[in-house]
Parts: sequence; C-alpha cells; structure tokens
Amino acid sequence: MASRIVVALKDGVRDARGERVRREMMEHLGINLDRVRTIDVYTIDAQLSEEELLAAARGPFSDPVIQEYAVNRPLADDFDLLIEVGFRPGVTDNVGRTAREAIQYLTGRSFAPGEAVYTSVQYLLNGDLDKAGAEQVAAGFLANGLIQRWTIVSREEFDRASGLPAQPPRVVSTATPQIREIDLDVNDEALMQISRDGMLALNLEEMKAIQAFIAEPQVQQQRASVGLGRKLTDAELEALAQTWSEHCKHKIFSARIDYEDGQGNRETINSLFKTYIMGATRDIRAAKGDKDICLSVFKDNAGVIRFTDDWSMVYKVETHNSPSALDPYGGALTGIVGVNRDPFGTGRGARLIFNTDVFCFASPFYDKPLPPRLLHPRRIFEGVVEGVEHGGNKSGIPTVNGSLVFDDRFAGKPLVYCGSAALMPRELHGRPGHDKKAEVGDHILMVGGRVGKDGIHGATFSSEELHEDSPVTAVQIGDPITQRRMFDFLLVARDQGLYNAITDNGAGGLSSSVGEMAEDTGGFELHLDRCPLKYPGLQPWEILISEAQERMTVAVPPQQVEAFIALARRMDVEATDIGQFTDSGYYHCLYEGKTATYLPMAFLHEGTPQMQIPARWELKQHAEPSSTALPSADEALEQLLSRLNICSKECVVRRYDHEVQGATVQKPLTGIDNDGPADGSVVRPLFDSFAGIATAHGICPRYSDIDTYHMMACAIDEALRNYVAVGGNIDHVAGLDNFCWCDPVKSERTPDGEYKAAQLVRANKALYDYCLAFGVPLISGKDSMKNDYQIGSTKISIPPTVLFSVIGKVEDVRKTVSMDVKRPGDRVYLLGVTRAELGASELYSQLGFTGNAVPTVDAHTALLRYRTLNRAQQGGLLASCHDLSDGGLGVAAAETAFAGGYGLAIDLRKVRCERTLTDMEILYSESQSRLLVSVAPEQAEEFEKLFAGQPLSLLGEVTAEPRLRVTGLDGTLIIDRENSVLKEAWQAPLREL
Amino acid sequence: MAQQQVRAIVISGNGTNCEREVANACRLAGADVADIVHLSCLLAGEVELNDYHFLNFAGGFLDGDDLGSAKAGANRLNHAVIAGSSRTLADAIRGFIASGKLVMGVCNGFQLMVKMGLLPALGGDQRQTATLTFNDGGRFEDRWTYLKVDPVSPCVFTRGLQGIYLPVRHGEGKFVTETPAVLEQIESRHLAVLKYCDAGYQAPTMDYPLNPNGSTAAIAGVCDESGRLFGLMPHPEAYVHRTHHPRWTRETLPEEGMGLWLYQNAVTFIRENLL
Repeated sequence: MASRIVVALKDGVRDARGERVRREMMEHLGINLDRVRTIDVYTIDAQLSEEELLAAARGPFSDPVIQEYAVNRPLADDFDLLIEVGFRPGVTDNVGRTAREAIQYLTGRSFAPGEAVYTSVQYLLNGDLDKAGAEQVAAGFLANGLIQRWTIVSREEFDRASGLPAQPPRVVSTATPQIREIDLDVNDEALMQISRDGMLALNLEEMKAIQAFIAEPQVQQQRASVGLGRKLTDAELEALAQTWSEHCKHKIFSARIDYEDGQGNRETINSLFKTYIMGATRDIRAAKGDKDICLSVFKDNAGVIRFTDDWSMVYKVETHNSPSALDPYGGALTGIVGVNRDPFGTGRGARLIFNTDVFCFASPFYDKPLPPRLLHPRRIFEGVVEGVEHGGNKSGIPTVNGSLVFDDRFAGKPLVYCGSAALMPRELHGRPGHDKKAEVGDHILMVGGRVGKDGIHGATFSSEELHEDSPVTAVQIGDPITQRRMFDFLLVARDQGLYNAITDNGAGGLSSSVGEMAEDTGGFELHLDRCPLKYPGLQPWEILISEAQERMTVAVPPQQVEAFIALARRMDVEATDIGQFTDSGYYHCLYEGKTATYLPMAFLHEGTPQMQIPARWELKQHAEPSSTALPSADEALEQLLSRLNICSKECVVRRYDHEVQGATVQKPLTGIDNDGPADGSVVRPLFDSFAGIATAHGICPRYSDIDTYHMMACAIDEALRNYVAVGGNIDHVAGLDNFCWCDPVKSERTPDGEYKAAQLVRANKALYDYCLAFGVPLISGKDSMKNDYQIGSTKISIPPTVLFSVIGKVEDVRKTVSMDVKRPGDRVYLLGVTRAELGASELYSQLGFTGNAVPTVDAHTALLRYRTLNRAQQGGLLASCHDLSDGGLGVAAAETAFAGGYGLAIDLRKVRCERTLTDMEILYSESQSRLLVSVAPEQAEEFEKLFAGQPLSLLGEVTAEPRLRVTGLDGTLIIDRENSVLKEAWQAPLREL
Repeated sequence: MAQQQVRAIVISGNGTNCEREVANACRLAGADVADIVHLSCLLAGEVELNDYHFLNFAGGFLDGDDLGSAKAGANRLNHAVIAGSSRTLADAIRGFIASGKLVMGVCNGFQLMVKMGLLPALGGDQRQTATLTFNDGGRFEDRWTYLKVDPVSPCVFTRGLQGIYLPVRHGEGKFVTETPAVLEQIESRHLAVLKYCDAGYQAPTMDYPLNPNGSTAAIAGVCDESGRLFGLMPHPEAYVHRTHHPRWTRETLPEEGMGLWLYQNAVTFIRENLL
C-alpha cells in the first residue's frame, strides 16, 4: 500500500514558485487568479514503517524552518481548485530518485525491486476559475500531457480527512519478452506499411535492400547456424532502421546529388559530406603541413585539436530540435547533458570545460493562431531556457557563449543547439589521449543509468517531420546528477587505465554505441537480458535501441573488469558486464541465450543504398523598399536596438552559470555595468598557465532567403570575427558546422525539394570555399534535415540554418580586450569596408522587406585584417574591440558606447565605403568582416602603422558625455541620443522574460 | 605526515562542482596540501578527515538539490556510516570541529552547513535554526555582488577586511531564520559576517539586484560563535586572480583577487594556532 507525504510552506513564508505560476498564468493565458500556492507530494511505494515515513517527512523531505509536512493526510486547505500534476508511468523522475536514495540512507535498507518514490506537485488555486478552466490551465500550462498526468478537484469534492488517494505511476507490463519474426516476403505496399507502422523511417529502397538481403541463401544458412529462422527478427529490423536512420547515417549528406546552378550548368556531387566538409579539412591540413592543429577529426564523438604541449581541446555541437518541440524542458535538458557525453566520450575520455547554446525560436510575443500540436513559442522559450539552465548549472559546466535567433518560421520547429568543450590529456598511459580502440575479447560494460522505454525511436523520429503520430516515448528527460556521478567515476577509471575505449549512448542507444565500437574488432556478442532495466517488461529490441540517458559504453580488458566494477560500486555508479567485442564479423545480440540479431557488420554499416537527390538553383528576386519608406537614422537605431535579434539577452544569460570552474576570463556580459554584449568568450582552463581557449559562433538564417551560399559565408565570417574580437588566434582555430534544414528531398509532400536541395548544395560550396580561404579546418558537425511541421494542409519549414561554431587558442588571456569603450579621448576606428548590403538585414526585416543585396565575404582581405588585429592585441594597442553584425555600424557603436558608459562622436564621412553610400546604408548595412575598435591616443600611431595599406577609418572619439553623436554625410548631426535612452531600447524587450 | 604542513581538504562527489577551484584557492593562499577527496573515499575509511586542518564544502548541486538545496546531501552525511566503524560522516565532522579546526562552506556548501545545523549553531546547539531558500525572483542568477564585512565579527576568515566583491551563482540563496529571535542573536553576536551592500561597501541593502535574493537583513554569509565555521553564498574561489573580475579589462586591479583573502586568513590562522 503506497503512502503520501505532503510538504507545504509554513504560513507566512513566501511561495516564490506559486507566485511565479500566478504571474505566468496571467502572462500566458490571461487568467488572473487571486492566489496560487504549491505543495510537494511524495508518493512512497515501498515497505516502510510509520516511524520511517515520519522520519523521511521530517528529515530529508522537509525543511523545519520554512516547511510543514503530513503523512497520509492533506495539508491543502482554503482553495477553490486543486490541480495535482505528476509524471506518467515510466517518465524519468529525478526528484523521486533522490528521495528514494535519501530514504535508503535513513533506513539503512535498499528498496526492493519495483519499490519507488514518485513526486508530484499540487497547485492550490484561489480565484474565479471553473473546472473546465482548470483543465485548460493543467493541459495548456502547468503540465505537458506527453509526460505528465493531472487530477483536478474542487473545494467541495476534496476529502479533507485523507486528501487525494496515493496512485503511484508504476509501469505495469504484462508483456513477456519475446523475439518476433517479421515477414518481409511481401509486396512494396506492405513493406512500406511495415516501415510506417513500426516508426522505422525506412524508405522503399531501403526496405527492399533488407528484403533482398534476408532472401539470400547464404544468409539463410548462416542464420540457421545460430538457430534463427528464415525471417528477420524485430530486433534486427529495429537495428537496421536505427543504423540507417537519417540521424545516424546522414543519408542526405551522403547522397548523390544532381545540381543545376540555374544557368544550365550541371554537376554531380557524390556526397556533400565527403566532397565539401571532409574535403575542406583534408585540403587545409595538407596546406598547413606541420602547422596543422588537428588531432582527431570526423571519426570520434567530437573533434580534437592541439592546445598546449600537455593538453588538447575537444568540441562538439549537437541539436535537439524534435524532442524540444514536444517537451521543451525535457528536450533541452537532454540536449545539454546529451552533448556533454560526446566530448567526454571522445578518445579515452576528456574533462568538460564549457557549454554553449544557441536557440532559434518564433517570437515569444507571437499572437497568430497556432496549428495543432505546436506549443506557443513563449512556452518553448521558457522550457528550453530552463532545461539548459538545469542541465548546465547542475553539471558544473559554465555556459559561456550563445545566441537567441528569432524568426516566426521557427514556430514549426524550434532549433536547440547545444555545444560542449572538453580538455583532454595529450598523452595518457603512453599513447595519445585521443586514441581509442576496442580490442577483441574486451568486455562491453554499460555504465550509468538504466534502460527504460525512454527515447525509443528517437533516432528514427528525428529523421521525420513533426506529425500527428510523433511518438510520446521519443521524449527523454536528462538526469544531470546520475551523469555527474558517472563522469566522476569514469575520469578515475581513465586515469587508472581501466579501459580501452569509451563512447556515449545517445541516439540509437546500445545498438549505435556497441555497433560503432565493434567496428574496431569486427563484431560483438551482446546479452540484452543482462542490461539493468528501470522496470520489467521491455522487449529485447526495446533494450537494444532505448535512448535512456546517462549511459556510456566502455570496452574493458578482461583482466580489468573486476576492478572496473568494484570502483564503480564504490562511487555509487552502476556498471554492468553485458557482452564482449569479437572478430566474428557479426552484430550478434542474444536474449536469455537465444539469438535476437545476427547481422553481418558489413551489411549493417555499408548496406544502405545511396540516395539520389535532384537540386536546381534559382536566384529569386525580392522587392526593395523605396527610399521614402525609410525611417530617420535615429528612429531606426532605437527600433533596431529593440529588435529581438539584437536586444539584450541578459534575462537568459544570468540564468546560466557562466563562471563555475573559475576559468571564464571574457564573460558573456561585460562593461561598466556588467551588462554589455560580449562577442565571444575566453576561458583559461589550466590554473598553472595563462593560455586560453576562445569560442564564438556565427548564425544568420535570414540571409538564406536570398542565397544560402552567402548565408554560409557570413556565418563563417561572423564566427571568426567574434573569435578574433575577443583575442582568438586566427591561425589556431577550428570550425564546427551544424546544419538544420527543412526536408530537401523532392516528393509529394515537398514539391519545392529541388530548390531546398540546391540551397543545401550552395551552403556546402561556401563552407568549402571559405574554410579553405580562412584556413579553418572543420573538425566535427552534425545535420538535422527534417525541420518541418506538417499536419493537414499546414506546412511550416524553417529557414535553412547553419550554426558555425569556432574554438581556438589564445596565447595569453591577459592580452584580451572586451567590447566596451574604456576612456574618453580614445580614438575610434572602423576596420573593413562598408558596402550597400542591406539585403535580408535587420533594418529591412524591420520594414517588412527582404531585398536582394545580401552581404558577401572577401576572405582574402578579412584574413589579413584578422591577423593584423591579433598583432595589435599582442602589442596591447586596443582598448576595446567589437564586431559589426546585425544592425551594422549604428548598433555596434551604440553597444560599445553604453556598455562602456561613455559617449561616442563619429562622422560617417570618414567611413571607408566601396562607393558612395547613403547615411542609412553606412549605418545599417551588414557588410561583413568589420570591427569597431578604440585605441588610446598615444598608441594611435603604432596602431595605424600596423594597419597601413588596409581599409581603416578613423571615425571619431570616445567622449566623456554618455551620448551617441553621429554626423551624417551632409555634416549635420543625424543621431544624438543619450546612452541611457539607447540602452533602455536595447534592454526592454526581453527584460521581463 | 609532516606536522608543519597546512593541510586543506575539499570534499567532492554527488554533485559538487567547484572542488577544483576551491583547492586551487587553498594552494594559492599558501596551503601546502589541498586534496580533493571524493566522498566515497571518506566513507570507505581510506582518508581520515582528522589528517587535515581546513575542511571545504564546495559549491555545486548535491543530489541535484532535488529535495531542496543540499537537503539530500545533509541527509547522506548524517546517516551514511564510515566503513569499519559505527561513526557517520557527520560524527567525523563534529570531531574535526571539536578539535579547533576550520570549516568553510561556499554556496551549496553553505546550504549544506546550515541544513546540517553547523551554522549558525547558536550556543553550540546544532539544531537547524535557519535555512537558505528560493531567491525572491524565483530564479537562478549569476551576478557579482558587493559584500560588507562586519568588522567585529569573530570570523577567522574575514579578519582585517572591510568589503569584498564576489559573484553569486544560485537559485536558493535567500537566508531565512526560524524566528526573529534567532536573527536577533545572529546580529547581536556579530555572526552575520557578510551582507549584500552598495558599491561603496557603505550599507547593507535589500534592493535588487544589489541584494540578489531578498535575504533577510541582507545576509550573505554567517559564522558560528567560534568564528572557525563559516558559510557564504558568494564564491570567493571565483575571484583569486584579477582576470576573474568582470571589469578587469577596464580597471586597474592587483594581481590577487579579493576572494583569496579569505583563504589566506584561514592559512594564517592554521599556521598560528594549529601547527
């Protein structure tokens, strides 16, 4: 019989959570209640005595100073409606897990199998609301029906003696584990039915390849030898679907593409990935020779480059879009703790040093009707920000860099990019730290969390658009503490040399992690029944592809298995021996001794048929605003500073711990009031060295509306100029490309596939061209190719988006500068050339236009500028340095001024332009590769000498009076605004979020 | 063990996050030994707490703060038994304290000390009489704060200091006492060592954001009556070098950060009293 412990705040103690809910209900739903209070509920489904329950309630579950508790009776009183929200069966309940552990410490006894603690929250509402209204509040705001369930009772219905009954959300399964056979000897229609019904996301060609494989007599013979029949098993089909999924196999990036450039020129591209991405890195490494910084690229969970003689740096960026659309909090939390496992599981293990995050949302103030199943952008914003906050902060990893990008097309699918970097010993036990290799005979150890139904079909789900039947189980909830314990343990095990290889369990679960590691040896034998489960009743195939989080797979030599497991146990981490790596050539899984899969490794990894994709480019023409439609220069500046893509993101940045680990030297907020927008971040990860790591990124989806080639070029340039602005060495930097696209494969559902595919080709061409020109090798990346929403006749496709992230070295962090002006009298210079490039700019977007003149990048002169800037930084010549991006010179000048607390007087007649431009063009054009710097007068001569022969404009100076004064081409003052006015315009839009 | 060594220990595991930088601060301040010891090593009886002079509870999220900040962590220390003995870790800590040594808890470590009853421990009573709960804003925040030091406090760590500037990074930092009487005693015995204040270190403030969480009486840090036990929400280990300061690129600052002073005072006390 389960019991309930309820914990409420004492009278007179402020209920900050209740107040926040009340406030947000007002903001989100327009429901104005008199009062909202909250009560925590622990449902204890375990054999405990009355005294033990009381001790738990009194001890770990409640705080005697501010809380009261009750066991099996309610504390809820004096409410109009009560809504209790708890998890559905099988959903990760982190607080419940901690509560169980706390009781175990208290009683000194372990819980029996099946015993558990479940948590829920009661919301006590007072005010004018009926039950139907409460149902709306529960379904639309307090709870997420995918993962949570709720009960609503009115004051009259509530049993004041015993409260709500204890209803533990146990997973009840009557299913007996079995291995089913699937008949593929059927017609094409039935094949596709199998793929659809099973959420396999396999296309007809792939299904037919599998059909042909299983029909081969030789295959049949081999199967008979392990006791398998003539038909494929369910586990085999699931393993193939996972391994061949777009998410894991990157079929679109590996496809053969026939590209037509819109002018009749055709070419065939055999794999975008090999041609442009690997191709760029190969050619750059060759050109750099012994200055090559790459150590491990494209073959591991994350890329590895040189840092110091003793340490290497590791970086990976991932997306977690589809789960975040369904459950923003859980999806984003899983996104960040998930990407942490990538650098951690690179080589033989690396210590995490920072996170980055970039979110693309529709406006939180979106007020148009939303199509079915889409959450309001504001809920997505709140949930994602909180998920990353909990994931990053609790893991003890500083979030040092990020962006928020707004475009209403992201209502169809929000983009959630999470990045994570780590530090790896250059050498470990006599060989490079980035080397890993499972050996034949090594045991397969699964470490960390247990296996449940969470995230089943995550890999295949993210390979589809969001549709009516998008699976509930595709949502996982991360558990940062279980992961933290596992990381603590694995770093000790690494340093003791207890394993040969490690990789994370992400998409595709064990099927993917063990399958990939087994490529080292050429086979494996995995006993699915040995995997520890969260609850009974999982089918063998479910164990194989479950994406339950916080798990790593480790290859442990036989003689170390005992020591490995003993160390894990001592550090409170579960490690289970589930099989061995072999050289059998087979992907061999068993369940209770019976073979569940027997697939040749070669077929699994190389059997995917190559996709064929047509691509046809056309340059679309967009309307241009007339010059009379333009606002005045000063009005435009205030409007731009208040645009969502430009305004202050302080409300989000402060919620992330950006300083834990004591290494963050250039912080995301900077300037005289600690609130100016830094261009990038610098960390100093070694206590005994002043060498630093700089990181920054570029992302400009708006430019995709004109040409994805220039979108890509601008993203690369933006990342690099942010990086050099904070002192990163332009000759010691690597890039990561993360593509988020809408489906580019022409079909009935995607009639414009050829154009979208051409956009993809063009972005890749620019990626190759500009990485090569800048000498920036690509070391890792990812693609997410189905970012569409389609239900009924409504289709929303995101704008093609690439996040380009960079990581590199700073020789001495003490020489870096921030973006805020420092002293009155300093000279203000603009580096670079300004052109009439307002196409898809923030100014045009503000006016409702796209235009055509998208910014283009001249990498040759930009590279020289960035190198020279590095020299100026080394020489200590700069007082401040700020990049020009969204909103151009006008916005950059305002930001550097109000961040520094001094004014700026600049003259547009001094700006070096390509030809004669207007005031508005000079101020708001988004021409690339430009930076605004301030220099002390006594260093001006040396600074100017350094830049001799390069486009350098002395615009004016820093003034004591905190005002931005801009002289226009006709010599009159066209902007004259106090810093405080400009700063308010910049801070107001998202301040309350 | 060399008797003349100043030995600091930082306990790690189950969600501590700042152990590396705390150990670094101890070393920079002159500790000869600054060991990061995983809780499991203490529970296994492999490491003896009493071999150290200075115990550090670092910031982090013990057990995710899932039952309230540091609640599950306090429960573990109170009940987990050291292998081969009948003593809990809390017993070992009490023994350590009784022998006149130093304990500092930062952020989650402060929350842990308060919830174990180690602070304020008025009259030596180790019943929990105060707590740290959700910020008035209802959210986690990372922000730098000015802290005014009570010059007549018995606190060993703040001797000779007037004001310090340190970051807070917490969601549950609002200090609350069980009764007004507890607060009155904390104040009258000068145990409220640090208070959130204005940029000139002149006066404690309840104004957000200078006071980032709405703490009662602007309290940011508390010591016990011996002055040897000290807990604070702001992070001293996060400001041990000038490049930690958020405005180091625009202000002329000494190489050493203000947070280091607290650790230096600890080391001085140990050299003068415990070696």
